[in-house]
Amino acid sequence: MNLNLTRRRFIKGVIASGAAATTTGVWVAANGAARPAGAVERMIRININGQVRTVDVAPQETLASTLRYKLGLTGTKLGCNRGECGACTVLVDDVSTYACSVLTHSVKNGRIETVEGLESADGTLHPVQQAFVEELAPQCGYCTPGQIMAAVGLLRENPNPTREEARQGLSGNICRCGSYDSYLDGVMRAAQIG
Amino acid sequence: MAYMHIGKDFVPPDVNGKVTGRIKYAEDYTREGMVYARLLTSPIPHARVVNIDASEALAMDGVFGLLTADDVYPDGEPQSTGLKVLTNEPTLVGEPILALAAIDEKTAETAISKISVTFERLPFVLDPLDSLAEGGPDAYNGGNTYVFRQGFASEKWSADQVASFRAGNEPTAEPQQTFAYGDLDAALAESAFVYESTFTTAGYPHQSMEPRSAMAYWENGKLYLHGTSQSLSALADGMASIVGVPQEDFVFINEATGGGFGQRARANSIPSMAIPAKMSQKINRPVMMRVTRDEETAIGGARQGFQGWIKCGFKADGTMAAADLYIISDNGGKGGGGDAYSAADCISILYQTEAVRFRGTSIGSNTGHRGAQRGPGQNQIAAIIAPILDKAAEELGIDRLKIRQINTPQNGDVGGASRTPFTSAYMPEALKMGAEQFNLEERMARSRKRNGSKVTGIGIGQGYHNAGRSGMDGIVRLTADGRLKVHNGVGNLGTYSYASTSRAAAEVLQMPWERVDIVTGRTDRHLPITSPQDGSNSIFTNTRTNYGAAMDLLGKMKEIAAMELGGDAADYDFGDERVFKAAAPSEGMTFAEIAQKGIALGGKFTGEADLPEELNDFTKISVSRLAGDALMGIYHDAPHNNNPPGFTVTFTEIEMDVETGKYDIVEMVTIGDCGTVVHPQGLKNQLVGGAVWGIGLTGYERHLYDPQNGLPASTGYWQSKIPTMMDTPAKIKTGWVDLPDPENPVGARGIGEPAMGAVAASLASAISDSLEGHLFNSAPVTADMIINHVAGVTSEAVPLAQNNFRG
Ligand code: FES
Ligand code: FES
Repeated sequence: MNLNLTRRRFIKGVIASGAAATTTGVWVAANGAARPAGAVERMIRININGQVRTVDVAPQETLASTLRYKLGLTGTKLGCNRGECGACTVLVDDVSTYACSVLTHSVKNGRIETVEGLESADGTLHPVQQAFVEELAPQCGYCTPGQIMAAVGLLRENPNPTREEARQGLSGNICRCGSYDSYLDGVMRAAQIG
Repeated sequence: MAYMHIGKDFVPPDVNGKVTGRIKYAEDYTREGMVYARLLTSPIPHARVVNIDASEALAMDGVFGLLTADDVYPDGEPQSTGLKVLTNEPTLVGEPILALAAIDEKTAETAISKISVTFERLPFVLDPLDSLAEGGPDAYNGGNTYVFRQGFASEKWSADQVASFRAGNEPTAEPQQTFAYGDLDAALAESAFVYESTFTTAGYPHQSMEPRSAMAYWENGKLYLHGTSQSLSALADGMASIVGVPQEDFVFINEATGGGFGQRARANSIPSMAIPAKMSQKINRPVMMRVTRDEETAIGGARQGFQGWIKCGFKADGTMAAADLYIISDNGGKGGGGDAYSAADCISILYQTEAVRFRGTSIGSNTGHRGAQRGPGQNQIAAIIAPILDKAAEELGIDRLKIRQINTPQNGDVGGASRTPFTSAYMPEALKMGAEQFNLEERMARSRKRNGSKVTGIGIGQGYHNAGRSGMDGIVRLTADGRLKVHNGVGNLGTYSYASTSRAAAEVLQMPWERVDIVTGRTDRHLPITSPQDGSNSIFTNTRTNYGAAMDLLGKMKEIAAMELGGDAADYDFGDERVFKAAAPSEGMTFAEIAQKGIALGGKFTGEADLPEELNDFTKISVSRLAGDALMGIYHDAPHNNNPPGFTVTFTEIEMDVETGKYDIVEMVTIGDCGTVVHPQGLKNQLVGGAVWGIGLTGYERHLYDPQNGLPASTGYWQSKIPTMMDTPAKIKTGWVDLPDPENPVGARGIGEPAMGAVAASLASAISDSLEGHLFNSAPVTADMIINHVAGVTSEAVPLAQNNFRG
């Protein structure tokens, strides 16, 4: 998890849009109707999972909100909505990023990948997904999409991590079920599958 | 015994959805016309709502309605413990007062900000001992404790009695609850080593990863509720009555649950799901209520904290002769929890103590509501007792493994307050297996060795929980195409028990797994009643029901074959999805042919007649709706005797940095004794997941409140400090004894909770070992406590402090 990059992007995004994402824990699902015209272009085109999607994005809207509530990509989960847990992890230009803590406008030129984009068209699972199935890495599964995206990001940067490197790489993702050991087994297996 | 399915790994049908993000949790659903509810929660730890003025909010565009406690409880709120759906009498910060529905959450939030609620502030208390002291504030309206069948009461000690307890002495006041067996005085008199101390364990929130969001709508007089639970049918059973809808008209939809840990087992621990249901009924629209992390932290439940006193006596040969406990358990803002009793019960079982006395009193505080959390009672005491055992070993000159072996429960033993025999117990085998895999002897040679600022600590821990129930029902069906449908009401919260217990039915019929469908996910698929998936019981309880239902089905299949092909049912055998004459295997019928014949016959074969008399009402509704379209096996599981224990043993090596109070867990080996292993990968996950929880209990987790205003300082994952990957070992080694239990048809018992207790105990033991055997008598033992100890600083501002720093 490149937190510096994520946070820097977030702050830049706030400056660019003239708004700050809520940090009070209140989830504001953006709605197209009740909003005055903002300083930024509302209708934007963003590249998500290789497809360019046109979507109406409020200035203060987080990427997690856009993905889940505008685009129906509910694989990205919200555990805390404030940068504590990693359940919302997606990749932005290959860097694992907390989607709850980055504004959509700030990453609109980026290449965004979510858990829904990993499977190939014929249904073949991505090696990380396949390895997580084989190791039965998920328990309740709520943190799983975030763990998977963090693992995909890690393996792109470091295709053959040591277990310790994998541990560091996924350390921004909390699992309350405590399945860390199985997730690490999954990452190590994924590195083998390649 | 050679099994086809039991003991083998398989891919549970929901795993693909978990790795692709396709599986849906309650918040992932949407419905045409859906509106959003938001909550106004209490900002004050103890208050009474005097007035709610929502006129301005309700006049806003896009606002659809308001729900208050007066709507939910027109005859007044029940004067009982437990969270209410909504309340006018909040006793903790974050308790829901009202909900407002609007076109979107932003509008709902804006409208809520325009609602004026007038609260009458009431005195609050954070530390149960402050409430116990004469003149101290009471957490509830009507007292500081709840007496079963009597209601709220006020329990008071003299100021001297409280001060004496805080000073480290045995409490002298009359307790609410007791149990005892054996001659305690004689046992203590016989003891060569007696240890006596006060102790504390902290309360902390469950913090399931998925907040308890829910969505509801009504259609044709039926309520459809998308929610979260540990067990679909057990929760639906209770939730229907909370909402006030007949069970027949209630559909609970719950494909996946993002963690439970005790507070999603029963409807009364998650009554907030009734809010969107009630709101939807009121405004006639689908209502989604997302719950934030703050809200989840406030109403998601918390472990009971203990303020206790313990006295243990050990004979010269290491036998634990006596355990005497007095525990004040923190009931939090809404009451609930029997942890203290379970703690004493656990000591009696794990160490086969000759004489035990338990005295306990539960006192409220205006903090998070308490209820069962993974190993409630057993696991707090596990972390306290393990270092005491080590101290006894040291004083008596006995090896630390040996003292555990001397006191170990085993086959034929009884245990606990009720002196109930075990169904089976293989703790000696688990201890041996763990010691070998850990290389205990070699590692023990490093115990307390110092290298620079690092000191090695070795710990041994044991965990226990009663792990199996009975009295539930099973339904299986053989459809006309010869597929086996196992109806399973166990929730999908990550244990995969809904799938692994279904394999008991497949095992009976020797069905290939790809020919089996698990029917679950929503109650209108017609599920049997299950025990709530708590108390580590599912694997024992529901392999019994599914096995029984499959046996019933098999009997009916043989009966049909005999009707068709002649002879007696007893003359028939089966295999390869055929039933055939044992004496002439070529004469038989396929499963599909038998199912078709059964459907044609109807009556008892298809669930239309001759149902087991004791079948639970919930199951009867399901059977009546399924009746007629498949050959059906139905079973009511009669209650079993004896205690099926779940046992776990853990060995831990840590490297303690005495300059920082932080440590690395260098090695951890954890071994389960849970009967026959049904699903190795699932068991491994319970063991490693339990380990993370155990590390949290002993090392990190606690919630804190501001003593001046009673506000929670812990409102999320971070401040309650649930362990991350960096707090837990890079590898946890697991193993199991794998010997069958005679009271389960496939030999299985549960494991989820003891998996945590053993790790909590072994880490406490290792921390103590690394500090020359120092006993903190506390859980957690945090880095600041360790540094203070090393520096010789006594920083405990208020002895036995609860819901605040101990230092
Ligand atoms: S939901 Fe984004 S970090 Fe928790
Ligand atoms: S699998 Fe449940 S939170 Fe990680």
